[in-house]
This record gives sequence, C-alpha cells and structure tokens, in this order.
Amino acid sequence: MATEAAALTRDESWLARLRRNRVLRRLRQHKLFLTGFALFAIVLVMAIFAPLIAPLPPDEIQFRHRFEPPSLEFPMGTDNFGRDLLSRVVYGARLSLEIGFTVVLLTGLFGTAIGAAAGYFRKLDNPLMRVMDALMAFPAILLAVAIAAALGASAVNAVIALAAVYTPRTARIVRASVLVVREMEYVQAARACGATNWRIMRRHILPNSLAPLIVQLTFIFAYAVLAEAILSFLGVGPEPPTPTWGNIVAEGRQYIREAPWITLFPGLAIAMTVLGLNLLGDGLRDALDPRMRVQQG
Amino acid sequence: MIRFIAGRLVSAVPVILLVTLISFLLMKLVPGDPAMIIAGLSATPAEVEHIRQQLGLDQPFLTQLLTWYGNLLQGDLGQSLLLGRGVTTSILERLPVTLSISFYALFLTLLAALTSGTLAALRQNTWIDQILMSVALIGVSLPNFWLGLMLIILFAVWLGWLPSGGYVPFLEDPWGWLAAATLPAVSLAMLQMGLLARITRATMLEVLRQDYIRTAKAKGMPPWVVVGKHAFKNVMIPVVTVTGIIFSLLMGGSVVIETVYSIPGVGRLMASAILRRDYPVIQGGMLFVAAMLLIVNLVVDVLYAWFDPRVRYGRDGD
Repeated sequence: MATEAAALTRDESWLARLRRNRVLRRLRQHKLFLTGFALFAIVLVMAIFAPLIAPLPPDEIQFRHRFEPPSLEFPMGTDNFGRDLLSRVVYGARLSLEIGFTVVLLTGLFGTAIGAAAGYFRKLDNPLMRVMDALMAFPAILLAVAIAAALGASAVNAVIALAAVYTPRTARIVRASVLVVREMEYVQAARACGATNWRIMRRHILPNSLAPLIVQLTFIFAYAVLAEAILSFLGVGPEPPTPTWGNIVAEGRQYIREAPWITLFPGLAIAMTVLGLNLLGDGLRDALDPRMRVQQG
Repeated sequence: MIRFIAGRLVSAVPVILLVTLISFLLMKLVPGDPAMIIAGLSATPAEVEHIRQQLGLDQPFLTQLLTWYGNLLQGDLGQSLLLGRGVTTSILERLPVTLSISFYALFLTLLAALTSGTLAALRQNTWIDQILMSVALIGVSLPNFWLGLMLIILFAVWLGWLPSGGYVPFLEDPWGWLAAATLPAVSLAMLQMGLLARITRATMLEVLRQDYIRTAKAKGMPPWVVVGKHAFKNVMIPVVTVTGIIFSLLMGGSVVIETVYSIPGVGRLMASAILRRDYPVIQGGMLFVAAMLLIVNLVVDVLYAWFDPRVRYGRDGD
C-alpha cells in the first residue's frame, strides 16, 4: 500500500504541482487573462497555419477581382491588385509575430544582461544607466523609425531598431528588481558561503527578479507589434509587397474612399493582437505580483 | 530647492552629451556610403561628391564629430538636403503647428482620463467601471495611424462633418483650427487617455482607502468635496510623474498622425525626411525633440519636488 501511494504521488507529482501552482490557479480564474489568451491564440494559429488558412497565396494578383468588397468568395475583400485580403492579413500575422517575438527575445537577453550588470556591480551602474537614459530621452517610435531609416528598410533592421528602443526600458526594470534582491539575506548568506558572483547572479538574483521581467516582456511584445506596424506604415519596415499589416494599411490608404475594407481589416488584426497581449500582460502582472501597478512604454 | 535644481541640472549633463552623440552616430549607422544612398542610383559621381562635401563626409571622423558639436553650440543643426534651408529654421517654423495639436490632445487626454479613471474607481467593479476600463484598454491597443484613418472614413468621408486633413492656423481662424485639429488630436490622444485612465483609477482606489479620506467622510464632508478635494489632489501626484511619458508619446505620435492628416508640422517634416533620406533633418529633429523632452522632464522633476518636499530631502537617487 505504502509503495503504491508513493508511486502514485510520484506519478502525478508534476501535474499535481502544476495544478496546485498559485500563479497558474490565479491565471485560470482571471477572466481577462483568458480572453487575452484566446485572442492571442487565434493570431498565433493564424500565423502558424497561414498556408492552410489563407485561401490564396498572399501575392496572387487577379485583375478581374480588383476592389471587391467583402463577400463569401473574398471574406475581407480584395485590394487594388485584386489580391485576396484575408490571405494577406493571415500571412501578415506570421511576420508580425515573428518580428514581435524576436524583439522580445533580444530585448529580454540584452535588457537582462545590462540591467543585471548595472544593478549588481555598483561601478557599472552609473555609466550603463546614463546610456540607457539617453536612449530613452528620444520618443520610442521616433528613435525606432530613425534607426530603421538609417539601416535601411527591411524586417531584420526593423527588429534591430525595435530591440534597441525597448532594451533600455527592460534594463531599467531588471535593474530595479536586482537592486532589491541583492540586499536580501539569502544573497548575503550565499556570499558568506563563498559563492561566486556568477553563481549568485544565476541561482539567486535572476530567478527572483523574473516576475517583473516576464510582465514587461509581454507588454514589449504588444508594443513591438504596434511599432512594427508603424514602421511599415511610414515606409521603413519590411518593403512592400511583403504583406505586413502596416504595409497593407499604407497601401489601402490611397483607396480609403472607394475601398475602406483594405485599411479596416489589417488594423483590426493589429488591434486584436495588441489587445490580447495587453490582457495577457495585465493577467500575468496580477497573478505574479498583485502589488505591481499599471506599466507604461 | 536651488540645490535640488542644480543637482538635477548636473546629472542631466552626461545624458545631454550622450543624446547629442547618439544623434550624431545615427548617420554612421547607414551601411555603405550615405552620400550614394542620398543621391540615389541615377546620380552622377559629381553629384555624389557634392553631397559628400556638403555633409562633411569627406572629413575624418573626429573632425566631423567636432564640427557637429561646434555647430550645435551655435544652435546650428545643419542644412536640409532637400528643403535647401537650415534644419533649425525648418523645425521652428513648424513647431507651433505640432505644439497646438499636441496641447489640444493633452487637454483631451486629461479631461477624459481623469474623469473616467475617477468614475471607474468610485464605481469599482460595476458595469460603469468595466465599460470605462474596457474602453481604456482598447485605446491602449489601437494602432494610432489606423484609428486616424478610421476616423477619416467615419467623420470626413461618410458623415462629412470634419475635414479629412490639412491645417488652419489658430490665429487666422479659430473655428477652422478646431475643425481641422479635432480628428488628429483625438487620434493622438487615444493611447495616453487609456494609459492615464488606468493609472488614475488605480491611484484613486489606493487613495480612497487612506485614513484621511475616512476622517473627511466621518466628519460629514459632502462626498464630492472628499473626492474632488482631498482625494483628487493626491491622485495628481502620479499624474504629474507620467507627464514626461505623455509628452514623449505625443511627440512620437505626431510623426504618424501628421502624416495621416497631412498636417505641416514637425512630425511630418520628420516623416518625409525619413522617407527621402534627408539625414540632417532626421538628426536635427531627433535631437530637438529629445532636448525638448529633457526640459519637460526637468521641469516636472522640479515641480514634483516643489509639491512634495519628501522628494527634495530624500535620497538623491531613483
């Protein structure tokens, strides 16, 4: 009996632990988080299965079908080249999420490295944070647009520009939590036991500074999707005819009187993605640390 | 107080130096030869050489850097390649346009955000709260350029109530200005409205739980005085803190919104400079906006210390 019980607990251990997990339980009860999760999941599925969902290739030109309003055949209508907008919006999801995710990855990496270094090593704090302050002195969008314009319009350069803009904002948040955690008694204890800086950082400080970082990165994902659309709209994002949401809106702008649907649908897609991510971020913040307040970009 | 201001000024110096350096380095990001890129594919070698000389790109790096700082000290941001005139004049000419719309947007932001945030907090967890906060969240999530275009479709194309673009100076025709500036200001304000409404609600909820509010209520003060006077003053503290962020968002947003509505302001100057690779205007405009924001932040810091002595006497840190 006893061994059976032990086997049972071991079997269900990770699942049960997952089920008992305080954060996950809070998230499951958070209606807005679940709404955000659903919205984001729709976009994610669209992006992953784009070739299966899109009825036509995104750049297939059909001159017979120019400016078709939304119908059963073309659920979102067609544009000035007779391209199917549903297909373009679905493929646009792919690029938007790819760019957003890469920006999050780079920002998380550099932001953590810089923020942790500034918070942990007193001598590095001032020089590093002044550079971050200087980067943050420019309006985010303006700096991103200027960097992308200098580097040249492409998806890779858009990622570089956005990562450069959001890294300081992340570094500042990581630094703030590292400053708090480094004064904790368990860090002093670890140091007294002879742990190296690297070990203290990896085992004690970073894991305990993770919560605000995760929340911040979710919001950065949202800003990055928005900002990428703006870069494309201003003509410094991935070059047309690449179907990014910003590009489609920019192209549809000329035909806004005759064919407003060209601008309508990609904008709705952006709004849905960003709203989903914002809800996810709010939910994560409530679940991970209810004391944290409204974030800003 | 003077000591506090002096301290702030001194700590701003390295940031200002770095900001100017970043603006200078922007052109160094251009891969290959910037003169070739600016001149375009059809340019003759002589034309390329002319641009190279005009930008001083034929000089050594250090000379370029020193010239940049030397000119900066004289308020000279260089010459626009396409407008054929000074960057500083080009910006200053267009500044009133951008500022008038930004202040209009700021006014709308404060009006909408403070009332809806307060109302939501007072009616916490009711349908009023839920609707207001949903609107705020949607405001934060809408792409501003798209919102601008949708407002054009609705109010200019379908209803025909307001013009779809353009600008009328306020002093020439105040009503014309109002008609032309309303849609841009709303598109520009939406993001900050959402942001500030959420902050206002959160702060108001916290303030309403304080002892002094209970005291005020207990001594029989009418509810509107309690909220309007005692609570509201304290809610303003975080609002003042985000002024810098709001200004930054307004300046960034005007690049987009002025393009959407064809408004001849600093934002559209930047947007067209970016499209046409007019690097001196991009550099100068960036620097100008950053300098303006640094000043705004400095003023906010000082005001903040003025209103809240704890800041003045507290540790000088973050």
